Amino acid sequence: MKKATLILDDGTRFEGESFGYEGNAYGEVVFNTAMTGYPEALTDPSYAGQIMVLTYPLVGNYGVPSTSESSADGIERFMESDRIYPTGLIVGDYSEQFSHWNAQESLSEWLRREKVPGITGIDTRRLTQLLREHGVMMGRIYIDGATNQPEETDYNKVNYVDLVSVPEVRRYGVGDGRKKVAMIDCGAKNNIIRCLVDRGVEVIRVPWNYDFNNLEFDGLFISNGPGNPEACAEAVENIRKFIDNPEEKRPLMGICMGNQLLAKAAGATIYKLKYGHRSHNQPVRMEGTERCFITSQNHGFAVEPSTLRDGWEPYFTNMNDGSNEGIRHREKPWFSSQFHPEASGGPVDTEFLFDDFIKLL
Amino acid sequence: MEKDQNIKKVLVLGSGALKIGEAGEFDYSGSQALKALREEGIETVLINPNIATVQTSEGVADHIYFLPVTPPFVEKVIARERPQGIMLAFGGQTALNCGVELYNSGVLEKYGVQVLGTPVQSIIDTEDREIFVDKLNEIDVKTIDSVACDNKSQALEAAEKLGYPVILRAAYALGGLGSGFCDTPDQLERLADKAFSFSPQVLVEKSLKGWKEVEYEVVRDKFNNCITVCNMENFDPLGIHTGESIVVAPSQTLSNSEYHKLRELSIRIARHIGIVGECNVQFALCPDSEDYRVIEVNARLSRSSALASKATGYPLAFVAAKLGLGYGLFDLRNSVTKITSAFFEPALDYCVCKIPRWDLGKFRGVNRELESSMKSVGEVMAIGRTFEEAIQKGLRMIGQGMHGFVENKELEIPDIDSALHAPTDKRIFVIEKAFDKGYSVDQIHELTKIDRWFLEKLRNIHDVDRELRATAGLEALPARLFRRAKALGFSDFQIARAVGMEKEMDIEKGVLKVRDRRKALGILPCVKQIDTLAGEFPAATNYLYLTYGGNHNDIDYEHDFRSVVVLGSGAYRIGSSVEFDWCGVQALETIRKEGYRSVMINYNPETVSTDYDICDRLYFDELTFERVLDILDLETPHGVVVSTGGQIPNNLALKLDQQGVRLLGTSAQSIDNAEDREKFSAMLGRIGVDQPEWSALTSMSDINAFVEKVGFPVLVRPSYVLSGAAMNVCYDREQLEKFLTLAANVSKRHPVVVSQFLEHAKEVEMDAVARDGEIIAYAISEHVEFAGVHSGDATIQFPPQKLYVETARRIKKISKQIAKELRISGPFNIQFLARDNDIKVIECNLRASRSFPFVSKVLKINFIELATRIMLGLPVSKPDKSVFDLDYVGVKASQFSFNRLQKADPKLGVDMVSTGEVGCLGEDARSALLTSMLSVGQRVPKKSVLLSTGNGKQKGDMLAAAKLLRKHGYDIYATEGTSRHLTENGIENTRVYWPDEEGQPQAVEMLNNHEIDLVVNVPRNHSDKEVTNGYRIRRTAIDRNIPLITNARLASAFIKAFCAMSPDELEIKSWQEF
Repeated sequence: MKKATLILDDGTRFEGESFGYEGNAYGEVVFNTAMTGYPEALTDPSYAGQIMVLTYPLVGNYGVPSTSESSADGIERFMESDRIYPTGLIVGDYSEQFSHWNAQESLSEWLRREKVPGITGIDTRRLTQLLREHGVMMGRIYIDGATNQPEETDYNKVNYVDLVSVPEVRRYGVGDGRKKVAMIDCGAKNNIIRCLVDRGVEVIRVPWNYDFNNLEFDGLFISNGPGNPEACAEAVENIRKFIDNPEEKRPLMGICMGNQLLAKAAGATIYKLKYGHRSHNQPVRMEGTERCFITSQNHGFAVEPSTLRDGWEPYFTNMNDGSNEGIRHREKPWFSSQFHPEASGGPVDTEFLFDDFIKLL
Repeated sequence: MEKDQNIKKVLVLGSGALKIGEAGEFDYSGSQALKALREEGIETVLINPNIATVQTSEGVADHIYFLPVTPPFVEKVIARERPQGIMLAFGGQTALNCGVELYNSGVLEKYGVQVLGTPVQSIIDTEDREIFVDKLNEIDVKTIDSVACDNKSQALEAAEKLGYPVILRAAYALGGLGSGFCDTPDQLERLADKAFSFSPQVLVEKSLKGWKEVEYEVVRDKFNNCITVCNMENFDPLGIHTGESIVVAPSQTLSNSEYHKLRELSIRIARHIGIVGECNVQFALCPDSEDYRVIEVNARLSRSSALASKATGYPLAFVAAKLGLGYGLFDLRNSVTKITSAFFEPALDYCVCKIPRWDLGKFRGVNRELESSMKSVGEVMAIGRTFEEAIQKGLRMIGQGMHGFVENKELEIPDIDSALHAPTDKRIFVIEKAFDKGYSVDQIHELTKIDRWFLEKLRNIHDVDRELRATAGLEALPARLFRRAKALGFSDFQIARAVGMEKEMDIEKGVLKVRDRRKALGILPCVKQIDTLAGEFPAATNYLYLTYGGNHNDIDYEHDFRSVVVLGSGAYRIGSSVEFDWCGVQALETIRKEGYRSVMINYNPETVSTDYDICDRLYFDELTFERVLDILDLETPHGVVVSTGGQIPNNLALKLDQQGVRLLGTSAQSIDNAEDREKFSAMLGRIGVDQPEWSALTSMSDINAFVEKVGFPVLVRPSYVLSGAAMNVCYDREQLEKFLTLAANVSKRHPVVVSQFLEHAKEVEMDAVARDGEIIAYAISEHVEFAGVHSGDATIQFPPQKLYVETARRIKKISKQIAKELRISGPFNIQFLARDNDIKVIECNLRASRSFPFVSKVLKINFIELATRIMLGLPVSKPDKSVFDLDYVGVKASQFSFNRLQKADPKLGVDMVSTGEVGCLGEDARSALLTSMLSVGQRVPKKSVLLSTGNGKQKGDMLAAAKLLRKHGYDIYATEGTSRHLTENGIENTRVYWPDEEGQPQAVEMLNNHEIDLVVNVPRNHSDKEVTNGYRIRRTAIDRNIPLITNARLASAFIKAFCAMSPDELEIKSWQEF
């Protein structure tokens, strides 16, 4: 295996061995503490522009399922999108041999196909601690002998949503008499679509900056997505139009970036977390109740709930650091979560939010 | 959220003596529960006869009762203490079963005692198979097709319907007792007979052999909030009891979708059943799809939950206790980070591997195949950042002479295919052998059904070993390969051997050379914390392990020479278990109290000493010379305590000393002088102390000459072995020759030690603490059995009841001489033989012994605290003489687990076979003995007793007891010789026939028909015929769950005790009240 090096913005070097694609890469280095679910995480569009560090050291054990097999609606059956989004993957102990009934290829082969480099054999715990103490940093992956020069862009300034959103309107679960949900696609994971379609509704997936207000629909959905929400002013504008209409009674649900865009539309400010929440074990509590949930999360920005306009309130709060995990309107059927009720990967405890949303339609 | 304010006093039930299937894990969970209660200011009452546990120590519970955990005794304690609440989940199946009985009989209601935590109905729902299946059907959760049967013909019918192979399980049984696989009706019939003697109901299930086995630990609070703290995957596929399987955490071969599917099911189940606290859900997962079945749910803390706590740092028992008091998970903090919530699921950034420890070699005739019921006596947990590192560490930790997966002594496997297919305790090493013979991963997978991923990882180790072997010596070993080998868990020893250093030098020298070279190359292990959140938040506790999978230490060392390192006792095994954990914990507490930093090294997940709260720094790591030195290099301690962890640290003493490590207390030289038979013997000669004649011999003619001189019987053993493994008494030449062929295999390098064996001698123990050779405190105790029963199996009374004053005086005098001669500073133990007033020293250990907690608690003087203070150089005062004058008696009795060990001959000898012990107190020796016998599962017979009492002398010993039995209206049945002897002495009895005799009634038949309530079978020493006959009676008694005693002196004492008083007349008093 070739030597591979990760260099952080502060100059810290980590040396390991290359697996997957043998090319250099650049990205915001973030850590994810989930112990399973690397195919799901790697195809999550919210990781666009980032180098993913997995804190669980043993990775690749169960290989990679089919990336092409699709459901009737044309979405990938085992993946969260049609490609790998992070620019690099860093693990402690990549497992060259894999074993699983559903595996089609190794993680390394897949990374190679998708032109994404991986590094194995580094002290990912140390790297995680540095990111925790310093906050996320930009990093460069160098593979011995690779000559490509990846573009070095400022993560916080790029409109990643624009890069990952669908180019045109797409429909899923089309059927007579079905309720219609308009989904603003900021980089939606497939499982959001599955969770909605499986509940018997039609999903109209629109580009992030598409003015859905002119569409016919029964409920509005704002998906997850990568990067800085400040870059999505057009989407915020469209959402604001929707919620500012005093006559508007149709339900609205948002996830992750959706939570942030809705909050912005509701007047709140957003700030960047020091090192984000990327894991399958984030505890949240539903405000004003004794109900707590383990959630799957992947975000680097958070809503400042004290800045919400009148009429809005926090819905969920993180039990570890007190950060906002969702907001809702006091009267109207509008709510969003910072975490991922669609899971995939991660725990499915909050999937009931989809039921709540569907009931409101 | 506030807890229930009406609960001011709570009763916690312990699990009693350690046995196979119920071991140290319940000391850990009970201790945690008691800690949680105390923190709430709740008064605590504990019932647990296991005197060696940490939970029965001063300051852990307010009122401690050394009584059997059975309904009659528990009811009496309830009547006295009137607690408002009771906790049933912390004492294993024993406590759970007892609690269910108390609930069903209305005792709990009568005294207004509220069950805290999971309600009893929920427990019943999980324990009764039929209800359980119905419950799970209600929530669309799949269980294994199974039929509950009340008799054998129903079972056969059910099996026919389901199709063989089937698995048979006894309901309400701990650790899969009476369970097993059946391929044919014949096998089923045999197993059903046995299962019905343990349980009124058996389950016949379709076998899913070859499926993966996965477990989840679920926590639920009364607000319906749920988390799964950990999932674990068995390395061995379904078919082997999870207690017999290598287990990894977290799961390694499950996809996200499988992981979370099973997780969701676990939570659904915990909610539906109504768990409040913790439960464990076991799944069978199809290896070719996402199909699954729920195997079982344990509505209590279990071995797995102890393992999960240690694997993740999440204190399950502590949290479960708090939830039982009414708290919500959101009220509690993560006890590792101290700042985040206890409502979360740990993220691991390491891999954990649990490996069982078996001691099957100790049992004559035992079936070595691993099955669906448990046989292992202990376990280890290894932590690494690769699977290879974890498993190699673990294989060293089990302490059976293995150096990891590779580079072990050659294993003789006649038929690899069948050894792979039918697993025994050696299977993992058979896999290595198979690789060596060129088997592919696929071939091994076909034979074992172990997931290919695990096999590939083992293959990695094998391949790297090949690379090492191809290296021409240490100098030629490239740094990259060196580093890789270390990351895959190779020890310096394995490397030294692989690169061929043994050919040129003593291997121990080679190991040191590897170490030097490694350090010169900068290949060093680093220290990582277990922080529950994979680095996301800083940890406030020092729960540590060492790994080569990293290059940065998580903690900064002070180098202030204020650390005191205590070496733990490793895996529980026969001869070393919870008693040394108690010793270790007492040492740690004293060290902390005296202002030093307490540091523990140990790797047993069942212990309290591996609770990160118990010390300032816990290294959950190997107790090998290499790893201990690694840690000492980092810690630069004030000193190291090697005398509280049993034989493992004791054996390291000399080697550590040679590396300049500062040992606290008795010097390494003195330890060696006591361990080395020659040196010890010479010393005894010098100070004029007698010992049985012995000689270390290497040839048969020398042995014969020696036996000629001292006469039979003789005791034959190899040196330096813990608890007399491979030790035997030979009564004639034939036995001697037969045994020596066996023993020679055990110890090629060491000579055989043959010693004169004294019959009908008393065995006396001296447990003491000395300072600079002067005895500060001591306890003399006396075995009930005559010498010949291993001291770990013997019944011990303290203070001694039948010792001549002169004998005691001489023992004290000899002990003083030895302490002085060896300049002992710290704990020590000497075993004596006494016949008339003739005293001989058998053995001397310059460390704490098995009986330290027993004598400490009976005397109410903490010997280890005293010893630790001495080792720290602090002043101690001699306890006042009056404290040695007790007006009560303690009796320590042994717990045997023969029922778990199919086919093993349940008799006692010089080799230890018990798995645990209890210690009970009484106003007199009889009541203490009766209580302790009842505590180890003996029952007072109702009507019939079967006697078969060995040779003439033993028969004589039993005569008085037999008379008593008749006087108290018992029917005596006796085998030929015994019957004749009884009749001759005017004791009415019915003769029964040996298995190889014609005639009625047949002893074995009577046992099968449960017509006998107590069997006293004292094995004679000689003829094969007798051995076989006796064996069948003994084994049948065990298989039919009929109390069995195999020693005449103990049987007499027991009979005299229960004839003198009924259990109901025993006075109920807490330890504190004595």
